[in-house]
Amino acid sequence: MKEIRWHGRGGQGGFTASRLLGIAAGMFQDKHALAFPSFGPERRGAPVLAFTKIDDKKIHDRSEVITCDYVVVMDETLITPTIIKGVKDSAVFIINSENPQRYEILKSYKVVAVDASGIAQEILGRPITNTAMYGALVAVSGLVSLEAAVNSIRHEMKSSLIDKNIEIVNRAFEECSKSLTQVNN
Amino acid sequence: MKTNKIFISGDEAAAHGVRLSRPHVIAAYPITPQTITVERLSEMVESGELDADYMHVESEHSALSAAMGASSVGARTFTATSSQGLLYMVEAMHYASGGRYPIVMMNANRSVALPWSIYGDQRDSLSQLDSGWIQVYVEDAQEALDMMIQAYKIAEHAKVLTPMMVNLDGFILTHTYEMVEIPDQDMVDKFLPPFETPNKMSFENPKNMAFSSQPDDNTEFKYQQNKAMFDAIEVIENTEKEFGEQFGRNYHGMVEEYMCDDAEAVLVTLGSITGTVRVVAEQLRARGLKVGILKIRYMRPFPEKEIMELSHKIKAIGVIDKDISFGYEGTVFTNVNSALAKSNATIFKKNFIGGLGGRDITKAEIEKMYKDLLAGISTNGQKTVEFFNLKVETND
Repeated sequence: MKEIRWHGRGGQGGFTASRLLGIAAGMFQDKHALAFPSFGPERRGAPVLAFTKIDDKKIHDRSEVITCDYVVVMDETLITPTIIKGVKDSAVFIINSENPQRYEILKSYKVVAVDASGIAQEILGRPITNTAMYGALVAVSGLVSLEAAVNSIRHEMKSSLIDKNIEIVNRAFEECSKSLTQVNN
Repeated sequence: MKTNKIFISGDEAAAHGVRLSRPHVIAAYPITPQTITVERLSEMVESGELDADYMHVESEHSALSAAMGASSVGARTFTATSSQGLLYMVEAMHYASGGRYPIVMMNANRSVALPWSIYGDQRDSLSQLDSGWIQVYVEDAQEALDMMIQAYKIAEHAKVLTPMMVNLDGFILTHTYEMVEIPDQDMVDKFLPPFETPNKMSFENPKNMAFSSQPDDNTEFKYQQNKAMFDAIEVIENTEKEFGEQFGRNYHGMVEEYMCDDAEAVLVTLGSITGTVRVVAEQLRARGLKVGILKIRYMRPFPEKEIMELSHKIKAIGVIDKDISFGYEGTVFTNVNSALAKSNATIFKKNFIGGLGGRDITKAEIEKMYKDLLAGISTNGQKTVEFFNLKVETND
């Protein structure tokens, strides 16, 4: 089972991203998935978590996620010392940042940075970074295919939002794939 | 069979189960974590997808009272609540069961105040075992949907005519999204015919709601309610069998035994915790430990026969209670222990109290429970109640 933790602020769409990933896995790749928010009240702007669990077989485990494989940070102001709690040593952090080197706390982990705010601002005209981070996660993890990710957006989002968000996912996917290739070279 | 699977929450799955059951009247008041269910139903009524009257009421007490009124004239009715809302309904709950109105209610299991908490445990519904309602607890969103459909068939059966509560763990099920198969309406219609009650009130056949009784006849009313609840066991089993044949999903009736055939230590579960316990039990089995699970599905009527039979096959039993009856023990344990006493089984017993007010129950804690049970076998039959993962020091 792969476990993904999404960090965002209320209103940034972190929970939507966790569900999009679940939809891509469950409806378009014949895998099994659970997606859930950090339980409790929600407030705009407050730090919120969301989770996705993905597996090839039915997921029975309903306990909290304490061994993350991927941590997606949609807003880099959320990177605090506690962010490394509940993650595997092999966890990959995918962060919305132009300057990832400055995060000492993440030094022992694999970190992939993407300028999600820039992509969202350019295409959407608003700094809603969830789908850019989704595209980045798909590129980095290969948990679902790009096609399944695009299909999940077509399935779930309001029609007025579909085209732009597909463009965002494609762009973030491309940029992350490129930077991964550079790292590997 | 054509598959139609979508990625939805437990609350939404429950709403689809209700929609497919074609209720005439929905009367409900929103409360976290049940709200999404009644919101979806209200949207379905608004869009015309569901041909029902959605009654906006000012409280849970009114919601259930309105459902009773509609049920008395032959309408199929639905309500939903949670926690404080359920407790606010309590007076009406006894009216509904005493009046034999086969209302179906979804309850999102949530802690009760004080301290105020919106998070999950099972203290709300377990405090209502004596209200005369059938109580079933589900493990995942699919079971939630399927049990809404089954609930109408069971509650409305002429031998039962008893209201039924379908319990989903708050947040863990209500707010978790997963793949859920949405059955075809045609199949549900075939399985669940329209509601017809012998007690229908009409202008041609007026009756009395909220009747009174004298010492001379009250006991006979209560005897009949009790008998109907026992008669429900066979109806539950037949309904389950028929559902399994038509829809291809089987939940095993009153209880599900998992890996119990040669088990020494069995954990008794209620609701969504079953899933996590399955994972731990499988891991321990792979390491050669003989462990199993008894998933209790129905708390009323109670699966006494199944527990008595199991008790002769095993050496230790533990009950996980997301509940505590202060001054005694967990309520699930009290009920299980009563069945064990009747079977004269001398096995090691332990009651694990935890998961209160939404606290996570981890796989490590469950593994420790199994180990406690296996270690207790040689101590023969003593009963202990333990709060696990307690974060304060005690003198106990």
